[in-house]
Amino acid sequence: MSAPENNRSAADQAAFKRELTEVVPHLRAFARGLCGRPDMADDLVQEALLKAWAAQQRFEPGTSMRAWTFVILRNAYLTDMRRNRFRGEYDETVAERILTAPAGQEEPVHLSDMHRALLTLPAERREALLLVGAGGFSYEEAAEICSCAVGTIKSRVGRARAALTSMLEDGDIPQRSIGDARAHRAILEELDNVAAGMGKSEPTR
Amino acid sequence: MTSKDDKPSIGDDAIGKEPGWASGLRQLYDSVVEEDIPDNFRDLLSKLDSPKDS
Repeated sequence: MSAPENNRSAADQAAFKRELTEVVPHLRAFARGLCGRPDMADDLVQEALLKAWAAQQRFEPGTSMRAWTFVILRNAYLTDMRRNRFRGEYDETVAERILTAPAGQEEPVHLSDMHRALLTLPAERREALLLVGAGGFSYEEAAEICSCAVGTIKSRVGRARAALTSMLEDGDIPQRSIGDARAHRAILEELDNVAAGMGKSEPTR
Repeated sequence: MTSKDDKPSIGDDAIGKEPGWASGLRQLYDSVVEEDIPDNFRDLLSKLDSPKDS
């Protein structure tokens, strides 16, 4: 894929590519936390890399490549979810994506208790927790990535934390099955939010 | 880098310390960061050309 027409020097483009390559492991980690399934997470990251490459004119050298690409990744994730929803396949597709392989198949991945618990959270809270609790971003940086107020991020992290504490310390983790009612509810709530445009990061909570 | 006020931590509540599972969350994340990059990523990156603007 050739570079988009732009006025960046070859050296700048090489530098951009180097920095982009360096964030790939982090993008994979964030995507894996968002999606659950490694194959889908990797698809998402590749989509994000292509978009990042195409948009490199908009990247300000010296700023955080990680933060910049995380924005692209999350937008791709939200778009993808919306698209699935509108196709009417969302129940199965998203449940599959979020939880595990379809029933009857050998699970390709053993999801830990932590990971399963994480995946029951609404996307906004899950991403906030991932960014601040694992990705090493400050609340300020996470707010920028998610296009919301710092207070909103803190609220989301707080709620995610409370939910996970309840699940992981009370042992109240949903089963590794798309039949689990509570996980299914969480997925549908998430879809409602995305369809209602809340996935576009209006600070709602 | 980050100021004290927005220190990256999920433990900044009244109790002031992280829940027990917080390190598990980081491990989950870090374990993926530490994975080798799959070949298909290397392939994709290698296809991102520099411009022929020389």
